[in-house]
Amino acid sequence: MQNVDEFLLHMWQNVAPLVILKSMGGINLSIPKYRDQRAGHSCWARTTSSLFALFARLVPALARADFALNLPTPASGLAQDIYDLHTLILWICFAIVLVVYLPMAIAILKHRKSADHQPAKFHDNLTVEIIWTVIPILILLGMAWPATKLVASMKDTSKSDLTIKVTGYQWKWEYEYLGDDIRFMSNSSTPKEQIDGEQPKGEHYLLEVDRPLVVPAGQKVRLVLTSSDVIHAWWVPAFGVKQDAIPGFIRDTWFKVDQPGTYRGQCAELCGVGHGFMPVVVEVVSPEKFAVWKQEQKALVAAAAANAGKTYQMAELQSLGEKVYTANCAACHQANGVGIPGAFPALSGSKIATGEVAGHIDIILNGKPPTAMAAFGKQLSDLDIAAVVTYERNKWDNKTGDLVQPADVAARRK
Amino acid sequence: MNTTTVNDTAGHHDHDHDHAPAGLMRWLTSTNHKDIGTLYLWFSLFMFFFAGALAMLIRAELFQPGLQYVQPAVFNQLTTMHGLIMIFGAIMPSLVGFANWQVPLMIGAPDMAFPRLNNWSFWLLPAAGTLLIATFFVPGGAISGGWTMYPPLYMQGGIAYDISILAVHILGVSSIMGAINIIVTILNMRAPGMTLMKMPLFVWTWLITAFLLVAVMPVLACAITMLLTDRNFGTHFFDAAGGGDPVMFQHVFWFFGHPEVYIMILPAFGIVSTILPTFARKPLFGYVSMVYAVASIAFLSFIVWAHHMFTTGMPLGGQLFFMYTTMLIAIPTGIKVFNWVATLWRGSISFETPMLFSLAFVILFTIGGFSGLVLALVPVDIQLQDTYYVVAHFHYVLFSGSAMAIMAGVYYWLPKWTGHMYDEKLGKLHFWLTAIAFNITFFPMHFLGLAGMPRRIPDYALQFADFNAIASVGGLLLGASQLLFLYIVVKCARGGAPAGDQPWEGADTLEWTLSSPPPYHSFVTPPLVK
Repeated sequence: MQNVDEFLLHMWQNVAPLVILKSMGGINLSIPKYRDQRAGHSCWARTTSSLFALFARLVPALARADFALNLPTPASGLAQDIYDLHTLILWICFAIVLVVYLPMAIAILKHRKSADHQPAKFHDNLTVEIIWTVIPILILLGMAWPATKLVASMKDTSKSDLTIKVTGYQWKWEYEYLGDDIRFMSNSSTPKEQIDGEQPKGEHYLLEVDRPLVVPAGQKVRLVLTSSDVIHAWWVPAFGVKQDAIPGFIRDTWFKVDQPGTYRGQCAELCGVGHGFMPVVVEVVSPEKFAVWKQEQKALVAAAAANAGKTYQMAELQSLGEKVYTANCAACHQANGVGIPGAFPALSGSKIATGEVAGHIDIILNGKPPTAMAAFGKQLSDLDIAAVVTYERNKWDNKTGDLVQPADVAARRK
Repeated sequence: MNTTTVNDTAGHHDHDHDHAPAGLMRWLTSTNHKDIGTLYLWFSLFMFFFAGALAMLIRAELFQPGLQYVQPAVFNQLTTMHGLIMIFGAIMPSLVGFANWQVPLMIGAPDMAFPRLNNWSFWLLPAAGTLLIATFFVPGGAISGGWTMYPPLYMQGGIAYDISILAVHILGVSSIMGAINIIVTILNMRAPGMTLMKMPLFVWTWLITAFLLVAVMPVLACAITMLLTDRNFGTHFFDAAGGGDPVMFQHVFWFFGHPEVYIMILPAFGIVSTILPTFARKPLFGYVSMVYAVASIAFLSFIVWAHHMFTTGMPLGGQLFFMYTTMLIAIPTGIKVFNWVATLWRGSISFETPMLFSLAFVILFTIGGFSGLVLALVPVDIQLQDTYYVVAHFHYVLFSGSAMAIMAGVYYWLPKWTGHMYDEKLGKLHFWLTAIAFNITFFPMHFLGLAGMPRRIPDYALQFADFNAIASVGGLLLGASQLLFLYIVVKCARGGAPAGDQPWEGADTLEWTLSSPPPYHSFVTPPLVK
């Protein structure tokens, strides 16, 4: 039986995709060839490669033949079990398809009026009705059993080695290592220019962050999830983990990954304009490296604390402020500060960004419920907020000349 | 089922004596089930094209990675309004249009039970539709939080969110009134001799659907009213900070939402169950078990709702319960598919356009059923929830299911409604374009979802580019092909070869005993059904 399973799995993973790809006209086969030719310098190669490049520009799909047909390669035991369950169900479905479609095909081909087939008169048969009620019930029981066992193990978050609190924000994640005093935000790091097509897109376009979640390999990591604004969902396909992060509630899930590496996913629950730009990146490292990384993080926190009383120059704050603005504010208020009329107010020329400094700091610290204007007090440091306030008060039509220091922000925190 | 009539004189050739108002007033004040059915069908066709145009913009934006044509804020409006309008503006009204035209004709009744209510239920629709479309032009644009309207995201929008709640309320009132009308008509106005178990299956499916509507539209009304008061009057039903629970909205919404899915598919089952026997020239196999299967599906639809919410993190017992009940739906659905195949078996099949659409329905809806079974399994659902796999799944049941059954029904009954044959060659061309383009569009979405592409995103990682480009090409072709449908319907309504009373030799329901088009007032004297 094991052999049959393996054979079927092999067929599905290796043979079926090949057949499908070949039937697509061998699109993927031509790509490696193209890359080889580009490496060479013959005239013929250059001609074909530029022809191909032209074609690829016209049909962008062909520029990267990456016809993934199945779930991603599992990195955790759970993901592997999900993969196997899905494969099993798929084969059962194929078998039922044959049973249903074969007689249908025969009827369509043979029992047609144009072939002068005379219609039968039958319209009822209790025996077959019972048969095709009972057999599906048995098949469903066969599916439900492995699924039930797997659900139970997915829900079992006990005996974890490490617990990390994940908080969803519009549109970034915060990771907090409980008991370790490590807490940071993880923002998308794909440049806006790549999204707008002004720069070529990088390899991990939309699936890259400034600070990934770092976890040790081979340990059971428990995540407790919540959200500060709307519902998000934390999802890494290779782990087989997807869990909604719900404001006001705590949910948990877990994963254990043995193979060190970088794993990517993204927010799966519609959460507003930045929903498509809210990646999840997890670095799985050896336990030794993880210990070193933790020390580094604590050193960073200490360094930031030492800088608390420092005063900054206008240029420094403006340049940091632009980065903070791009990562946190531009999705709604737009890079040019005009917002989206009716949905997100303009900052350029706005009363808040040109009025009292204290009011400006307050709205960033506390937000404006229930609108999408979040409370950034817990998300951003005093320095970040000072920088972005300074930036907003001196950018676009706002020429206030105000310079806001981290100490000013600290004074407004309650 | 045997609906052979012994008295079909009713209503023949008396339409010359009708005094229907002419011009605009005929349509505004009509209490005639045929006129109102026609209004429903034209309204839904218009909304189908409007929501379809939104889908074209979605596919254009997703043709390649990066942002090209619309910004994310607008993209979210497009996906939200595409879903909302297709469901409430296109699929549901068109099925009510079928009920209006066909239920009285198929049970031998002179009209619907409450003709004035019928007029009112239709004329609420353009008001609601106008409100929905108008939200694109209010400050902040249309709603963009998904057609499922989940809070707290729904709390963040502008005036469009309140307008849309009003519009959905109006649609709900219209649906409930329409459903009551259908129930009363079917229960009280059947021709003498037509017992419940002699009713055509289409009538049965609508009877059960109407009960579903009456049961769940008020639940939706509750959910969105609570949203409205949370938004405007300081209540905290769904706000955790005030002691509410955002997940509670999802429970209430999907208690409506899952029966809603069957509201859109059961009448489609009825249409296909009418067409297959006609063109197989053989009675429907297992009529009684078909009726029980529809009833079972309707019952189960009330106890599966939380399978839309497996990733919210229910307790183990909850996940298992909703997984098992969802899997159970495969049994009555399977019975229906087996019965359809047995109906075809040893028939004498011909392949006119309605039959082609119905055969494609059986094949493609079954694929949607299988992907539904895959999604029923909690562990697999955790991977696939909110991905393009789900988008593929519900388009296989809603487009190749409901919409293609509706098209089958339109081709099937157009000769009766208009008195003219539609253009068979163009009809077949429309079928093949639709079936092929549909699969080019939606089949690759299974792969996208498996590979990890979330739904409702305006831009995507590079590994999803290939299948998205293919889906976009298919989508634009699918959209363009529907213009052919419009042309065929208009051409048929304006003229064509006379259809005769009985254009399909295998059809045996009561409407075929009438002239084509039927007299304005048909079955004034009820026929006697043996």
